[in-house]
Amino acid sequence: MASCKPDGYSLQKITAAQLPILDTIAKIDSIDAMILPYRSRIDAVLDSTLAYAPNAISKDDGSYNTTAGNLLADLVLERANPIYKSRTSNTIDFVLLNHGGIRSTISKGPVSARTAYEVMPFENYIVVVELPGMAVKSLLSFLIRSKRAHPVAGIQIVLNNDDTIHQVTIAGGPFSETETYHIATNDYLVKGGDNMGFFADARAFHQTDYLIRNAIIDYFKAVDTLAPKVDDRFYKRN
Amino acid sequence: MKRRTFIKDVSAAGSLALSGLSLASCKDLPKKKLTILHTNDVHSHIDPFPSEHSEFPGMGGLARRAALVETIRNENPNTLLLDAGDIFQGTPYFNFYGGELEFKLMSKLRYDAATIGNHDFDNGIDGLLAQLPNATFELLSANYDFRNTVLDGHVKPYRTYFMDGIKVGIYGLGIQLEGLVTPSLYKETKSLDPYEIAWDCEQRLKNEEQCDVIICLSHLGYRYPNENRPNDLKLAAKTAHTNLIIGGHTHTFLEKPTIAKNRIGNDVLVNQVGCFGLQLGRIDFYFDALKNSTSKGVSITV
Repeated sequence: MASCKPDGYSLQKITAAQLPILDTIAKIDSIDAMILPYRSRIDAVLDSTLAYAPNAISKDDGSYNTTAGNLLADLVLERANPIYKSRTSNTIDFVLLNHGGIRSTISKGPVSARTAYEVMPFENYIVVVELPGMAVKSLLSFLIRSKRAHPVAGIQIVLNNDDTIHQVTIAGGPFSETETYHIATNDYLVKGGDNMGFFADARAFHQTDYLIRNAIIDYFKAVDTLAPKVDDRFYKRN
Repeated sequence: MKRRTFIKDVSAAGSLALSGLSLASCKDLPKKKLTILHTNDVHSHIDPFPSEHSEFPGMGGLARRAALVETIRNENPNTLLLDAGDIFQGTPYFNFYGGELEFKLMSKLRYDAATIGNHDFDNGIDGLLAQLPNATFELLSANYDFRNTVLDGHVKPYRTYFMDGIKVGIYGLGIQLEGLVTPSLYKETKSLDPYEIAWDCEQRLKNEEQCDVIICLSHLGYRYPNENRPNDLKLAAKTAHTNLIIGGHTHTFLEKPTIAKNRIGNDVLVNQVGCFGLQLGRIDFYFDALKNSTSKGVSITV
């Protein structure tokens, strides 16, 4: 009998299945009850009204600049500049973000922190880059080539009818190839995201430790009404 | 195979005593079944997707996953529940509570082990440490060297589990953090070569620990266009004793596990179940007493 004691096991067969978690599976109530207080607190915070949008704010309502893009780029400039100034005593010259990074339209009506999560679900931080004029030139050709309304602020780009540059103004002065510019953007683009390779030529990178989403929420808290306009910061002359 | 000295955990001791008393012939030696359940890249998706969601309407959610796990555990108590990393980041639950609820719920579901994904560093290595008191499961990572960090002593390279007489060895592997995660978050964590570390782990689990099944929890990624990036398929080809690689990071929805060949020509299963808790992976291992084994090799049905 002792000899029949198992002295080990040998693997004979393996089977596998991927089991989908469908809504036909009944929830376990005690688990749901555990989640509830956490969910309620999030809902209370995210859904309290911070500002009001009299009209929908979209990233598709203009060809070279849009209401959503302008809102985002303007608020990044406004919120990040004091931080950058206090840390480096320099000023941000302009802002460049990516059109694809705006993930949702802001509907007409009350605006909450949840809106900010919808517009910017990513954990992207504002980074300020010191970029030589020559690289800014590549940045400009990228903007013209891409034919997308990448959000900008602090810069005005006027194109001729044939897509050549008519005039570029940065921080109120004419663009110069020999100047170095302080550009606020996000950490995703700095790493080459969305093919913005020109950031590789940066002389310096400065972290602000400020999440874009938090900048949006702070801006929503600071203002009553969101009414960005499509304007003349980037356009083509007839 | 050497006869193993059993460390008597409750379940193993119980079943051994029973089988020792009641045997009439060797033919009655019990067959064993081990069930492995796994998730990866859940990314703080605690609630199901809304019913009007365009891609995953009504799918996922911890309370439903809990029900499925419970059903399977009732069917086979010899079940291990595992996660391959990126537990954190993706919904406001993480932004608000820093992973507290994710760890508490995984503990409630009786997860046994998880490995560490790159996003699990998103609140810094201190943020991960702060949530450890909420985890009753083991964090396993063999190729992250935490010696100069606050996580030193909190993460094991591997662990063994006795499941009704079957010894299971599980080790963890993480993706290279340099270039992927901001250095101020992972601090002085060193990412060591996953292939070399995997080799060391499985040698120890096979030869010293004498495990019957060896599982790797990997957050390396299934595969990449750049083949030089460490990945699960390459890992499978470099191992010799690992039976199953449970992967993550690339959010790969495999229709069924991939059967790969290891360096000595044996089969290794590589599985990954996408992301966001939309699926639960299930692998069942069937064993026969060594005396009764016909040694025709392992049959795999996927």
